[in-house]
Amino acid sequence: MTWRDVLHTAADAVRSHRLRSALTMLGILIGITAVVLTVGIGQGARAQVQDDIDALGTNLLVISPGSTTSTAGVRGGFGSASTLTEQDAEALASSTAAPDIEAVAPVSTTSASLVNGSDNWTTTLTGTTSTWAEVRSRRAASGRLLNQRDAADAAAVVVLGSDTASELFSGRDPVGETVSYNGTTLEVVGVLEPLSSSEETTSNDVALVPLSTYQQRLVGGTNRESVSSIYVKAASSSSLSGAYQEADAILLNNHGITNSSDADFSIATAEAALSTAGSVDDTLTVMLGGIAIIALLVGGIGVMNIMLVSVAERIREIGLRKAVGARPALIRRQFVVEAGLLGLAGGVLGVAFGVLGAFVIPTFTNLRIELSLPAAAVAIVVAMGIGMIFGVYPASRAARLAPIDALRSE
Amino acid sequence: MTGLDVPNHPLIELVGVTKTYSSGTLEVAALREISLAIHAGELTAIIGPSGSGKSTLMHILGCLDVPTAGAFRLAGHDVQDFDEAMLARVRNIFIGFVFQQFNLLAYLTAWRNVELPLVYRGVDPDERRERARDALERVGLADRMEHRPGELSGGQQQRVAIARALVTEPTMLLADEPTGNLDSSSTHDVLGLLADLHAEGNTIILITHEADIAARARRVIELRDGEVARDTANPGPATTRADEAVPA
Repeated sequence: MTWRDVLHTAADAVRSHRLRSALTMLGILIGITAVVLTVGIGQGARAQVQDDIDALGTNLLVISPGSTTSTAGVRGGFGSASTLTEQDAEALASSTAAPDIEAVAPVSTTSASLVNGSDNWTTTLTGTTSTWAEVRSRRAASGRLLNQRDAADAAAVVVLGSDTASELFSGRDPVGETVSYNGTTLEVVGVLEPLSSSEETTSNDVALVPLSTYQQRLVGGTNRESVSSIYVKAASSSSLSGAYQEADAILLNNHGITNSSDADFSIATAEAALSTAGSVDDTLTVMLGGIAIIALLVGGIGVMNIMLVSVAERIREIGLRKAVGARPALIRRQFVVEAGLLGLAGGVLGVAFGVLGAFVIPTFTNLRIELSLPAAAVAIVVAMGIGMIFGVYPASRAARLAPIDALRSE
Repeated sequence: MTGLDVPNHPLIELVGVTKTYSSGTLEVAALREISLAIHAGELTAIIGPSGSGKSTLMHILGCLDVPTAGAFRLAGHDVQDFDEAMLARVRNIFIGFVFQQFNLLAYLTAWRNVELPLVYRGVDPDERRERARDALERVGLADRMEHRPGELSGGQQQRVAIARALVTEPTMLLADEPTGNLDSSSTHDVLGLLADLHAEGNTIILITHEADIAARARRVIELRDGEVARDTANPGPATTRADEAVPA
């Protein structure tokens, strides 16, 4: 009996028991659909993170205030302190102490409502220096960016993000117009070129003022010298780790901390963000993958179940095949191949449903699903394998049946 | 087909064959020390009431089962020593089965049912189809090649089953109550067909509990309680068509 005959025989059996075959396939189908979507969601999340990182810039460090340790030994939470100051930023900008650092921009932010006549809009009011645009790789779409003179004068000027500008000035060019914040009138000197990344809302809805203006005239606060975070741009992505070490050393020194584990700040890199995001999505992948494996296992047990029923139901067929000369090995092969075919069909249908899901699901959720061809191919092979593995036991039972018992059964 | 029966070596030779079944502690002897020989070309009927052991004997003759004790030689092979795979091969090569229940696969067409033994023999598909057609022609069903068993009458189904038994050109045909599920006209048909096949030189062993069917055979072996009660030669019938030779 050739493999072609085995396949033909198995295909006949699958075709001739339609309902049973369909039910057997269903379990595998659900499992494979789950696998395809899981991999798709995992890849979608990864691609999303990659896009975010690309938008952020890969040679960027973000220094945030870290935990503090009080004299009583109570540690404050991450970001609870305002330990970073403008002086820290100036120290980091030193080209002799930190040759790998190209530009530094201290940033203080607060949520603020800006008013233009009857329009008002809540945005992120950001006090920073003229170096911000270089560090964040941003350009002006119209007007100009902040300059050093604005800082020196604590000038009442503002540069708006593109979304902020259109919310407050509804399409008109706002350069030369004014907005007010808390009774202070600010002159709009420029509008940022919009970023078309997925982070659009936060990147394009912003109001930049000189840090000096922010601290002295607009927000104030208990510690006027402190900043929310410091952006550091490394000279290149290859000097990123150098820049990291220099920034770390300078800040520890500035803050008089000898043990780096007591640091009252933290430095995040784009890579760190990537690996954090990566670990989040690994968790997601493991979880969804677990569900998919369980679904496949259940599908496999379904195959075994129905194949056992099939063997019991076709006991006379098995007896007859043996009587006319089928060796036990051939009977076993026939049933294993039959189970494999059911798995294969379930796998192909599962991938089809997965692809359908990948197109339908994103239309009513914000999930991003990226299909992977190799994953689909592997899923199909796995489905066939599961069918065959779970078919072995029923097939062996069939092969072991004594021909007379099989023929005698009613 | 004939010619296997060299002098001193009958086609089938049973020497002291015993078969016991045990269920729990109870041992039941279905066959007790049966010795007999059947020669190639014979039409032999094995008769006996139910429980006489004729089904067990048929299973052993058909290599579907092996004796508990004793020797069974089929065409010179000591079958009692064979394993499952070898027995399957022996069945495929030497024996054509005809069952009371027909045992056709409902989801296959007539010719696909008939070719089945050839599939397990490893014959290539074109030749299988041709030989299946020839076999169906011999039983008068050449025009029913593509019919499924459900679309055929009982008599036609049994003829398809006979075609399946013939397609391998077996050394012997083993028919177990072949007319047990048939009406009288189909019975007539099937017995006529078996008589024709015997006339062509086939060795046929017919297991039945009906004396009038057994009467068509040249030799009648009667079993009772697992032993041969009588072994009679029937001089008259069965060299020509069975239906011309039904005794009154």
